[in-house]
Amino acid sequence: MYQYTDFDRQFVQLRAAQFRDQLERWQSGKLAEDEFRPLRLQNGWYVQRYAPMLRVAVPYGELSSRQLRVLARIAREYDEPEAEVYKTAIATQGKLGSHKLPTHYAHFTTRQNVQYNWIPLSKSADVMDLLASVDMHGIQTSGNCIRNITSDERAGVAVDEIADPRPFAEIMRQWSTLHPEFAFLPRKFKIAITGAKEDRAATGWHDVGLHLLKNDAGELGFRVQVGGGMGRTPIIGTVLREFLPWNQIMNYLEAVIRVYNRYGRRDNIYKARIKILVKAEGQRYIDDVEAEFKQIVEHDGAPHTVTQAELDRVSASFVPPTLATRVFRSAEETDADLRAQAADDVMFARWLARNVAPHKNPALRAVTLSFKRRLQAPGDASADQLDTAARLADRFSAGEARVTHDQNLLLPWVHAEDLHALWLAAREAGFASANVHLLTDMIACPGGDFCALANARSIPVAEAITERYQDLDELDDLGEIDLHISGCINSCGHHHSGHIGILGVDKDGKEWYQVTLGGSDGSALSGAAQAGKVVGPSFSAAEVPDVIEAVLNTYRDTRETGETFIDALRRVGIEPFKAAANGARFKVEEAA
Amino acid sequence: MNKTLRLIAADDHVDNGDPDVLQLPNDADPLAIEVCLGDLTRIDLVFPKFTDGRAYSQAFLLRRRLGFKGDIRATGDVLIDQLVQMQRTGFSSAVLKEGVDASAAQRQFDRFAAFYQGDAVEATPIFKRAPEPAA
Repeated sequence: MYQYTDFDRQFVQLRAAQFRDQLERWQSGKLAEDEFRPLRLQNGWYVQRYAPMLRVAVPYGELSSRQLRVLARIAREYDEPEAEVYKTAIATQGKLGSHKLPTHYAHFTTRQNVQYNWIPLSKSADVMDLLASVDMHGIQTSGNCIRNITSDERAGVAVDEIADPRPFAEIMRQWSTLHPEFAFLPRKFKIAITGAKEDRAATGWHDVGLHLLKNDAGELGFRVQVGGGMGRTPIIGTVLREFLPWNQIMNYLEAVIRVYNRYGRRDNIYKARIKILVKAEGQRYIDDVEAEFKQIVEHDGAPHTVTQAELDRVSASFVPPTLATRVFRSAEETDADLRAQAADDVMFARWLARNVAPHKNPALRAVTLSFKRRLQAPGDASADQLDTAARLADRFSAGEARVTHDQNLLLPWVHAEDLHALWLAAREAGFASANVHLLTDMIACPGGDFCALANARSIPVAEAITERYQDLDELDDLGEIDLHISGCINSCGHHHSGHIGILGVDKDGKEWYQVTLGGSDGSALSGAAQAGKVVGPSFSAAEVPDVIEAVLNTYRDTRETGETFIDALRRVGIEPFKAAANGARFKVEEAA
Repeated sequence: MNKTLRLIAADDHVDNGDPDVLQLPNDADPLAIEVCLGDLTRIDLVFPKFTDGRAYSQAFLLRRRLGFKGDIRATGDVLIDQLVQMQRTGFSSAVLKEGVDASAAQRQFDRFAAFYQGDAVEATPIFKRAPEPAA
């Protein structure tokens, strides 16, 4: 993991002190509500349906066990609403049918961050100090600025990796932190970076998607995609550069964002993302960026060129950790042990097949701790569970975990011979659902139970589908399916990119759900990134599980041997799936 | 360049119609006025709302790209919490809105000793600067 320098550490502490100053000025009436809002937003503090929400930045998803413990402490000591606030929330949500609004919890997001739902604003400065004590913060996790940079959860360990994206992500994190020119862009700005062949970071869906690759001469550079995004108008990014030398990335990003800052629309919030500018201007935008880049390099002297020394300095933080020495066992012996353990216990065998991924180091594995299980919302973790995750990271993964973009935790440094012990411990902790990439490994935003933007609740829909699909044989038979649920068009639950997408909509004050099929995040399984297509008018919450079942039954009826859901859908087309979905609507009695 | 801005009270910012002062709307292209920069001593840029950040890029281009040496003044919805970033993008003065407490302003400049990225004033990012000698 990146090791903070004294400068980095002091910077975060000063930021926490600055926030305290702003909070106090607001509390004493010296800072107007409107003026305080963007300041708290750029520190991660939203005000949600009932209480403030804090979004903590987890740069490219990496967490140490020490940080996990502080996140646990914040959940335990601070994620508690004032009594009146909670009473109102329970009464209001109860009328909709939500009876569980957990407190003392944290939530893993699709952007690899961590959120809290109940911390009172009066305690916010204390929480920022606590975060700063472990080099954490909420800088630019909200607001119209460059947000936390996301990456491949398997960065640095993936077998298909061309180059480790983390040093670049860290260099860009520093460049984007409190960037003076780009703090009030037309709209939020999200960068994702991957360095592997497989795109596990949905780069095509980002304002800027970066893909590390090597050119014919063996030099390292970036494929630069600009103008992707979800929301009301889902668009896949346009390739601006097939190959940009790695050391030019910040000079180039400055050009990309400066042109956007000057010309992006500010008159309509739904048209303010860079995707709209890129789509509207097309080649003219690209020409402007290239002209600006030329000026930055030739006139300004390419000030942001990354030096080899800086790359080396940062990369030194990302060498594999020193792991406890083991009694030497050959790969064959370890494999034989695992096979025997798997033969003994089918649940362990399933877990090995689903939750364990290969590693650059043949003696190691990357293991997903699943946060997708009954009775808890996708990506939710209690204070105790966070502490347990920290213990597992210490015991099995050199003290490191990663937040994945599909809302789980990944342990990147697990010895193959420890897998069985890890599985036992994970099972004990409730993290061993053997469902990674299966239907119940669904993505869902907090939705209308917490979020002020939501048009409908996400969690009850996720819960109903989870309950219906608890048979692991059935889930395995259905195979890998991306089910993504968003409570509103802001698309935090990435519904556009789901093979099956569910979007909450509001009609006459009631919750309805639009279902889309055939979306892709750009992974090898799903094909080129694209938005799913709507199957028809929206459904009631009660209909949704039946609609999903009808769609899945259609898949089972049409698939060829070994064919995945998304491949079958692409082969036969959306029509039979659409017909099945619409056939699952409840029959309404004709009015007399 | 000072690590501060000259703060001007709203009453003291008057438009006398000076020919060497230009008010540039925030959707104008600063590069288009390059030819007349020599005749100007001050350019007023405007923040219609403090959340509209176009003038930051304008200031950067005027100061750094075109090398304008005169005063670049922030006008409009100027809040003390944005003064530091104004200074960093090339502004040299700012008109505070009526009723804004200027005493809290200087504190903002004193807070951070340095920033990560290069800007219009300190062009070099921190990783390329010579380390500070140990105290």
